[in-house]
Amino acid sequence: MEALRLSLSVALRSVGWSLPLAIGVAWLLARGRFPGRTLFDAAVHLPLVLPPVVVGYLLLVLFGARGPIGGWLERSFGVELVFTRAGAALATAVMSFPLMVRAIRISLEHVDRGLEDAARTLGAGPLDRFLTITLPLMLPGILAGAVTAFAAGLGEFGAVITFVSNIPGETRTLPLALYTALQMPNGEAIAARLALISFSLGVLGLLAAEGVARVARRRLGS
Amino acid sequence: MKLRRGDFALDVAFEAPTPGVIALFGRSGCGKTTLVHAIAGLLAPGEGRIALDDRVFFAAGETNVPAERRRIGCVFQDARLFPHFSVLGNLRYGARRAPREAHRIGLDDVVDLLGLRALLSRRPHQLSGGERHRVAIGRALLSQPRLLMLDEPLAAQDLARRAELLPYLERLCRGLRVPIVYVSHQFDEVVRLATHVVVLESGAVATQGSVAAMSRSPELRGIVGSDGVGAVLDGEVQSRDAASGLARIRIGAGSVGVAVEAASPGQRVRLHLLARDVLLALERPAAALAADVLEGTVASITRDSSQSLLVEVDVGGAGVLSRVAIGSTAAAGVVPGRRVFLLVNAAWSRAYALGDASRADESVACAEPR
Repeated sequence: MEALRLSLSVALRSVGWSLPLAIGVAWLLARGRFPGRTLFDAAVHLPLVLPPVVVGYLLLVLFGARGPIGGWLERSFGVELVFTRAGAALATAVMSFPLMVRAIRISLEHVDRGLEDAARTLGAGPLDRFLTITLPLMLPGILAGAVTAFAAGLGEFGAVITFVSNIPGETRTLPLALYTALQMPNGEAIAARLALISFSLGVLGLLAAEGVARVARRRLGS
Repeated sequence: MKLRRGDFALDVAFEAPTPGVIALFGRSGCGKTTLVHAIAGLLAPGEGRIALDDRVFFAAGETNVPAERRRIGCVFQDARLFPHFSVLGNLRYGARRAPREAHRIGLDDVVDLLGLRALLSRRPHQLSGGERHRVAIGRALLSQPRLLMLDEPLAAQDLARRAELLPYLERLCRGLRVPIVYVSHQFDEVVRLATHVVVLESGAVATQGSVAAMSRSPELRGIVGSDGVGAVLDGEVQSRDAASGLARIRIGAGSVGVAVEAASPGQRVRLHLLARDVLLALERPAAALAADVLEGTVASITRDSSQSLLVEVDVGGAGVLSRVAIGSTAAAGVVPGRRVFLLVNAAWSRAYALGDASRADESVACAEPR
């Protein structure tokens, strides 16, 4: 039960932190015209193709206590990432980031620029336009992306165990607990229960994403 | 103003009086929509100048006022209502963003003018094409525009919807003191609505002037086709038979019978008298034909096609166009200055009522323009 609560909290935090960034990145990829865009696109999608352990290792190098970013965070804000829940959320966020960006970017590409032009002629400036027209029209994609990333985040294993290890009550999320149970003698019953919980959560997540999309479609009448 | 987009180059220069209804007229693909986007500020021209009265919106290298600060209301071909707002939400979108001191067109007035009362709580996807355009017009009006641009608001509509929307547009054009740019490729719309016409052809101004002058211009003939050629004349209703809708309309020194919707004696109308409805005779006809006879002098003769001439006849100050077959006796004897007779059987021609002060109830209440 503790693993479930921890998993939910880690996945929720990861989505919360990465969502605004994902919207920004999706915007740059869909609308931005700058040199190195293709390279940037590839970098964003990297966690999708790299082995999770490699991502975890890179996080250790960058965000570890002696890493360039990790060291700075600890000195300046006293934030520790390695072996902590926040670190687990970071690893989860990095892994599910491409999924989220993808969903948001597709929804942004489907927003009719003509509607934004219409808003312009009605006196709406860039930020106004984004908040009142573009963002609401992207909402189905954003929600779908967030739900998918959340569901995927619940199951993140490789990057989490590499970056923040497997500490009960701190970083032992559902999949890590399941793995641990399997290593123990007579742990099969626990493992089966955890597997069932994971399975249910996954199905719930997919249903939620579909439901959100359906409501949004009905509201927009398409 | 010059603007380049891929293979297409737009190079136009025109000035039109304000307030009034300026029609941008031309075939599809002649650059009307591109011009509208440039005026609205959605496209930046390469060179030139765009100004309304004393306000400069664009001057190459100096000024480029962003679209959101030009306050030019646009009604696009595809209406572009915001799908996530109700009709009321759409109407209020522009109104909320207009400066307080500019408010002179009220929500209730617009709702009544365009017949939107029953639609306010609906969503755009629940509206018909004609309703969508009415909402788009209302939304643009409520943004308290300095200029209103309508880009073929009737192009996407079938005939029934056009008939439904035209009266609204007519009231709009007559009742508001906001200058209007009306884009169209249908000359009958231009005749009904416009005060000034700019004829565009492949990205350039072919000719421009008043509707009456343009109706006689050779450049226009190529666009409207030979059946659509005819003089636009100002006339006055003398009498009208309510049952048939046929009105006797005085033009110049004579009068003709033409169908006109809802007009009372004394009312001024704009008559589009098609050249194919007017027959030319050198002698006074024997009388009692099912046609009106006008008398006048030949003002000009132009070659219309390989088979016909277009003859303009001055009937007491009104220039009437008649098509004459080459090789006919009339064609042989017709020379400028000659006295001729016109037989008018206005079967295809139409007259449109022009608003006047006595119909103020139909105009949108607005404060004196600054």
